[in-house]
Amino acid sequence: MSALPTTLRSIAFAGFTIISAIAAPKTFDLKDPKGVNAIQFKLDSILEPIAGTAGAITGTVTFDPAAVEATSGKVSAASSSIVVPNAKMNEHLLSASWVDAEKHPEISFAFTSLTDVKPAGANKWTATAAGQFSLKGVTKEITVPVSLTYLEGQFGKRVNKPELGGDLLVVRGEFSIARGDYGIKPGENEDKVAPVVQLTFALVGSAPKS
Amino acid sequence: MDLPSRPMHSPTTPDEGSAPPPPTTMDAWRILVRGAAVIGILFVFAFWSAKGYNKGWSQNQVPVKNIDPVTEIEFTTYEKRFIPGLDYLAGGTVLGLALFAATFLRRRSPKPA
Repeated sequence: MSALPTTLRSIAFAGFTIISAIAAPKTFDLKDPKGVNAIQFKLDSILEPIAGTAGAITGTVTFDPAAVEATSGKVSAASSSIVVPNAKMNEHLLSASWVDAEKHPEISFAFTSLTDVKPAGANKWTATAAGQFSLKGVTKEITVPVSLTYLEGQFGKRVNKPELGGDLLVVRGEFSIARGDYGIKPGENEDKVAPVVQLTFALVGSAPKS
Repeated sequence: MDLPSRPMHSPTTPDEGSAPPPPTTMDAWRILVRGAAVIGILFVFAFWSAKGYNKGWSQNQVPVKNIDPVTEIEFTTYEKRFIPGLDYLAGGTVLGLALFAATFLRRRSPKPA
């Protein structure tokens, strides 16, 4: 008589464990093995806009397709990884009067949840991420409209090892900041270099099968 | 008929005790420098145009757009090569013109006491 409840309990426990494992949020590592991740920036300027990238992206995003609102994470870019095509301009951007890469080696954005989550197709969502953006030692609250694409089982395919399985999460977004708010030449040279910096990112996070 | 021989840089025989009159022929070095300045300006223009008439700033590393096939993320890589921009064209032209203009400078002759 007591064997049946024990079996049922075991089945129920196994089922619960499997469901928990499936439904549990996954952590996606933003340190991309293929080096694709970068934040692109653009400032209007005389002659042509100053456009470049900040690579060396690190961080994680915790994501559950069943609870997209609960998505959280932190994205960091190394200040020293800022690249623009002109070498002299690059030197200026990294200097103390601009990003000050030596004293402030990290640019980051941390968010704890998403709002306005709307489905935008199969395994695709749009949302707004509110969080703290830090640049040159100044942290401010900002909101960033983002889109998320969950690529189930695509991690292995991407690294040419389909047997590995695992998932990918692509996060895209675009926002702008006033450079003066972050202590970058506030009110200076605005006729030559625009006060607003446009930032765009498209990041892929990997969650290999554990 | 024999013509009297005439020196290149001294068209008249100098009178002792008075400043020499200005030469009527051009110094050879001035011709060379002007030629070099013109060739320099032409070279700068030819190099700039041959590299694609870049109307922006000079580039020491050139951004190249790529697309990751699985995620469809567009990402940028940089190729180490030089593309001259308008700053290069303007700098080269100004330098050439300055060199050209320098050939018109003459040493100020000392004022007679």
